Amino acid sequence: MLKINQLHKSYPIGDSSLHVLKGIDLTVDEGEMVAIMGSSGSGKSTLLNIIGMLDEADEGEYILDGLPIKNLTEKKAAVYRNKFLGFIFQSFNLINYKTALENVALPLYYQGMKRKERLEKALFHLEKVGLANWSHHLPKELSGGQKQRVAIARALAANPKLLLADEPTGALDTKTSYDIMAFIQQLNDEGKTILMVTHEEDIANMCKRIVRLRDGVIMEDKKVEQVRAEQYV
Amino acid sequence: MFDLDLWREIFQSINKNRTRSLLSGFTVAFAILLFAILFGIANGLKNTFKEAFGTDANNSIIVYPGRTTKANNGLQAGRQIQFKNEDEQFVLDEFGEKVQYITSKVNRSVTASFKGEKNNYELRAVQPDYMFIENNKVSDGRYINQNDLDNRTKVAIIGRIVNDDLFLKESAIGKYINLSGIPYKVVGVFTDDEGDNEERVIYIPITTAQFVYGNNDYIDLLHLTYNPDMNVDEALSFGSLLTKKLKDRFSVANSDQRAIRVQNMAQGMKQVDIMTFSLTVIILVIGLGTLIAGIVGISNIMIFIVKERTKEIGIRKALGASPKSIVSIILIESVLITTIAGYVGLLVGVGVLEIAGPSLETYFIKDPGVSNSLVFGATFTLIIAGAIAGYLPAKKASQIKPIVALRND
Ligand SMILES: Nc1ncnc2c1ncn2[C@@H]1O[C@H](COP(=O)(O)OP(=O)(O)O)[C@@H](O)[C@H]1O
Ligand SMILES: [Mg+2]
Repeated sequence: MLKINQLHKSYPIGDSSLHVLKGIDLTVDEGEMVAIMGSSGSGKSTLLNIIGMLDEADEGEYILDGLPIKNLTEKKAAVYRNKFLGFIFQSFNLINYKTALENVALPLYYQGMKRKERLEKALFHLEKVGLANWSHHLPKELSGGQKQRVAIARALAANPKLLLADEPTGALDTKTSYDIMAFIQQLNDEGKTILMVTHEEDIANMCKRIVRLRDGVIMEDKKVEQVRAEQYV
Repeated sequence: MFDLDLWREIFQSINKNRTRSLLSGFTVAFAILLFAILFGIANGLKNTFKEAFGTDANNSIIVYPGRTTKANNGLQAGRQIQFKNEDEQFVLDEFGEKVQYITSKVNRSVTASFKGEKNNYELRAVQPDYMFIENNKVSDGRYINQNDLDNRTKVAIIGRIVNDDLFLKESAIGKYINLSGIPYKVVGVFTDDEGDNEERVIYIPITTAQFVYGNNDYIDLLHLTYNPDMNVDEALSFGSLLTKKLKDRFSVANSDQRAIRVQNMAQGMKQVDIMTFSLTVIILVIGLGTLIAGIVGISNIMIFIVKERTKEIGIRKALGASPKSIVSIILIESVLITTIAGYVGLLVGVGVLEIAGPSLETYFIKDPGVSNSLVFGATFTLIIAGAIAGYLPAKKASQIKPIVALRND
């Protein structure tokens, strides 16, 4: 699915620079569910953003679904983001003046899908996250868990190969977190490849593989026995 | 290509972000409103100014003879210059194509009476051209004609006020009016837009006056209009040349200011031109100032809007929006708001001028108004400015990495 080789990333801070990723090697296969862990500031988000083509690496090789990601024009990058990737953010990142349905339909709009078709498809995905009855509500009328479900539906709408989630449960209480995790596990069961950043052990243990970052390198990469979230719901 | 979905996105964004839309729209509408009103008022001032110069032909030249103040060519100072019919002919021979209309004139004051009514009026003995020089309108009957001149007919054309004073409710045409003892047949009544004093006047043929008042061919003054194709400077030099030729003709010293006086309206026109030009400059400065203020306002708002939407742009990019689609959504929105708001400002501005216009006449503002093309031009300028002002930050925003845009809170 994706292959990363000796990836480096620094942020300029004043005159000096902060070396955040110091040579990451990572391979993720189709159907995997990977948790990226590490203490705060260890570079988890930075790595995920580069994988998601929201940011660029300084050095190293990154191949996504057989395509080398390097020096892409913004136009090409837009197409790849739309086709390959679905994002779930800690802060949901819904557009506040659009209804749940319109938010979910937005990636389909950028695919050039007809309005009727994309609204039907968006409703299908909202149904899947159990929010069909909330389709015409604005984000501010939804709870945190509901917002994250809308965000998941939106990430799924364009049927991406890879789902990227940065602390998807970070802004949610425990019960809601497990709810969301149960749903993400279900997606993985259906075959979706999932990459998730978290700093919570219990959430990480609901994945199938844990990658630990420290000081800009991978210090541990192991398969784990998946804890099913349904049992806590 | 008409992209319905794009327009739907734009209308939603305008509609759902009403404060933002109204705020930017208000700036544009206000700039155009101000532009229209200021321009209209300045135009009103200009109109007042123009009107103050009367409705007489404003290309007229009056030549008066007087007494010499300087000895010249062996002739003493204090000599009275007297114009005669041949002097009018002289002017025509010398300056034929430069003269539009010309009349010789004899002025008297008369006591006019009809039946029991009696009053004093100004009597002007003139030629037919005088009608055009004074911009008279014949409201009843006719004006003086060539036949009157040839036959020295005793006819009178009376001003509207004279008619009202003496003839009360009767029609004056065909009646005989007594002018200082001599009866004249009234053949016409005229009006003059310039005011009542110009209608307290009686015209008779100049040949008749010359016969009645001394059986000579004397004239009191020459009144002519210069060819309107001439510009102000040409008219001024024509006036000087005319003066010079007449002074030579009457052996008057060139430096003698009293013997032959020429009153050239072109002199006034020159001043009017200068005034009008100054007013135009003031108007342009005002207009430009308003426009620049509007442009600066729009630019600020566009920068603010793009900043406010940075996070949204980040989200859209993460979902696969191309830079082009980001630019067009922001740009079309700004152009749309500017256009609508500009049109509203235009309508309100023109409406205000229309409604308040008549009551402004006391403040020397007459018929304030702006040409449509001018306001459209101003609105168009603002639209273009808004588009440029929106394009640059939108372009920049569309180019930043999505993660940077998303971090914006
Ligand atoms: N745009 C940026 N400019 C400068 N420093 C940054 C930027 N983004 C992240 N960092 C720094 O890089 C380090 C790693 O950040 P991040 O990847 O967000 O960590 P994590 O997600 O593991 O908490 C942190 O020290 C953070 O302060
Ligand atoms: Mg993070």
